[in-house]
Amino acid sequence: MSDSRKPFVASGDIPPSPPPSSVVGPIAWVRANLFSSISNTVMTLFGVFIIYSLLAAVIPWLFIDSVWNATSLSDCRSIDNGACLAVIKERYLQFIYGFYPEEERWRPILSFFLMIVAVAPILFAGVPRRVLYLSGLYPAIAYWLIWGGTIWGPVGVVLGLVLAVVAYRLITTTLPAVVGLIGGGLVLVLWWLFGVEIFDGALTSVVDIGLPVVESSKIGGFLLSLIIGVSGIAGSFPLGIALALGRRSNLLFIKALSTCFIEFIRGVPLITLLFVASTLLNYFLPPGTSFDVVLRVVIMVTLFASAYMAEVIRGGLAALPKGQYEAADALGLDYWKSMRLIILPQALKISIPGIVNTFIGLFKDTVLVSVIGLLDPVGILNPIRADQNWNGIVWELYGFISIFFFIFCFGMSRYSQYLERKLQTGHG
Amino acid sequence: MATISSTGDTNFRIGMLIYDTRYRSYTIQIIALIVFMLAAAWLVSNVIQNLALLGKTFSFSFLGDTASYDINQRLIDYSSTSTHARAAVVGILNTLLVAILGCITATVVGVIAGVLRLSNNWLIARLMTIYVEGFRNIPVLVWILITVAVINETLPAPNEFRGADSDASPLLGGMLVLTNRGFYIPAPVMGDMSMAVVIVFLLSVGVMIGFRRWAKKRQEATGEILPLFPISLAILFLPTILIFFILGMPITLEYPELKGFNFRGGVFMRDSLIGLWLALSLYTGAFTAEIVRSGILAVSKGQSEAAFALGLRPGRTMNLVILPQALRVIVPPLISQYLNLTKNSSLAIAVGYMDATGTLGGITLNQTGREFETLMLLMGFYLVVSLSISMVMNWYNERVKLRER
Repeated sequence: MSDSRKPFVASGDIPPSPPPSSVVGPIAWVRANLFSSISNTVMTLFGVFIIYSLLAAVIPWLFIDSVWNATSLSDCRSIDNGACLAVIKERYLQFIYGFYPEEERWRPILSFFLMIVAVAPILFAGVPRRVLYLSGLYPAIAYWLIWGGTIWGPVGVVLGLVLAVVAYRLITTTLPAVVGLIGGGLVLVLWWLFGVEIFDGALTSVVDIGLPVVESSKIGGFLLSLIIGVSGIAGSFPLGIALALGRRSNLLFIKALSTCFIEFIRGVPLITLLFVASTLLNYFLPPGTSFDVVLRVVIMVTLFASAYMAEVIRGGLAALPKGQYEAADALGLDYWKSMRLIILPQALKISIPGIVNTFIGLFKDTVLVSVIGLLDPVGILNPIRADQNWNGIVWELYGFISIFFFIFCFGMSRYSQYLERKLQTGHG
Repeated sequence: MATISSTGDTNFRIGMLIYDTRYRSYTIQIIALIVFMLAAAWLVSNVIQNLALLGKTFSFSFLGDTASYDINQRLIDYSSTSTHARAAVVGILNTLLVAILGCITATVVGVIAGVLRLSNNWLIARLMTIYVEGFRNIPVLVWILITVAVINETLPAPNEFRGADSDASPLLGGMLVLTNRGFYIPAPVMGDMSMAVVIVFLLSVGVMIGFRRWAKKRQEATGEILPLFPISLAILFLPTILIFFILGMPITLEYPELKGFNFRGGVFMRDSLIGLWLALSLYTGAFTAEIVRSGILAVSKGQSEAAFALGLRPGRTMNLVILPQALRVIVPPLISQYLNLTKNSSLAIAVGYMDATGTLGGITLNQTGREFETLMLLMGFYLVVSLSISMVMNWYNERVKLRER
């Protein structure tokens, strides 16, 4: 009777076995993403080779064999054959400030920190709204801090804006907004053309508050890039909105004017406009007036960027469903109210990626001012290379500039992605 | 605002210019026109006064004067005794040369990088992301300077090619010489009857285009698909190769050769041209890669699934279903990238490549002191180029527009 075997009866569910290691885990990931086929394997090996050769060249050069303490290039080379970072150590202040006087450097630093404060309420929700007053005044403050001189000039310019607003309020109590706009504009132009000078002169002779003047030719380096970039960004945004609205306007003359302006600016390279700024702009002003080259460049860069900005915003305006416009009309809102309350908030939201791309482009384009002889980070290379000690140095300087621009531009593009997510209201 | 149609009430009051929406737009436009005219008149009068003060006149006669400066990279004959007008033409041709070369390579680089960024291979996709972000976030001027510096600093000088056991040697059997002053490539030497070869080639291009049109029509009529690619390749090259050998090889190549301290013969492309070309291609290629990537992603997955469900093979799916739709998204921004590249080529002035900006807006401006005329011509040239490119773009957009029925 050897038949003692009992039939097997399972006492419960068999626990699920873990998936085989060929499907999950790092090995499976590597297989699926790096070695899934022959061509894939070849590409992976090729990629590894590229990364290896890059790292093998850069790491020893930058970290192991680099020289931080030396006084000249030949000195560097005699110590070690890596990067001669001593030049950065010696000249980084020049890269930041250009030839800005040493004892006055607290002024750009202060303006930089004020800028962060002024920009915060615009960039991030949750900052007290009252800071926006500082944002409004910031351009005048920064101008005064960086260029110096008497305080009454910038105050006079700001006063002009205040006067214009007062005039607008006074006129619109009895007359429609159009007349108010024209009147306010007239007051502004007249005050800026004639009033500021008298105001400035009168008050300076009474109370002379001022900082030592720093000439534009002394301003350079990343400071100059930031000045041009930030004022270009701040100026091109409202101008771009105005141009975009103008190009979509029903008023034929305004539309033609905006279109011509946008197409002209977009059709020529920035460099030709900078040539105009450096050689031609003074011809267009009354004989004898000459104004600062940095200011001229800022004007040109702003105009240039505003044309691109206008096209981006126009795309956003065109992408809005027609129902939004019709709904605004049906509510009885007038043109400006419907734009301000309904159309623009949505259109600007759609165009955030494009707007930020334009900002990044503008910031990168600031290096072009080196072509007309300003001392931005690229322009400052010339005095450094002309120095006998550093004659012939290349990679360290380019690398330094590249890293600076990369950090700023990459940061801006990341911020735009954050903003897009924050403003996302759809269901997608 | 309740708009009640005012029948018969036609008496016009002056206040209606402001309050009545029918007239207000005219009022605004007329005021804008007046302001614009005043501003323009003010600017023009300032210009006239300033020019008079400096004793300058407004005339283009300087274009006929001797330029008396040299241009080291040129496509047509030019010497320092030529006129400023000819110098400008040389510069314009140089701009067009680097723009066309750059557009071609930027497209190739961009398509490859864009497709690879979507690759299943994790490593390659990441590498391409680094390439795209790196080039997009650093100014193109810096890239141009870096590329020229790479050529100048890492490649051997011409005299290192001398001697039997020299440090450097030409590549591809003497066809390509890379030196730190520029690259040498073989130059075609046109012998007798060489025009015949060229004409035959041009004719076969025409025949090929005609054949493809006919084949498409035939496919739409009968549904049969001809093997287009091999046939068009044969039409394109066979007659030309035949005539080339029948006529006894009238076109030969002249190789660069080392004579003394430098190379002679062949076509010389300066370091500034190569550096500018490479940097512009890589920079624009990074933007193109993003455009290509978004174009491919824009075609919904259902399209390829539907094509597979119809039984189309992957190649046909790509050619007949995916690409036509992706191209509709890709081409318009791609063309504006071409426009950007052309405008960015004006940065040549920073590395000494004599393009239109370098000749007309650079040396000619400085020598003659005629800022107005030279800059007007220069901007006019760029405007013509960009307006023609946008015309091409509008024509394309019109052609591929979705026809909704």
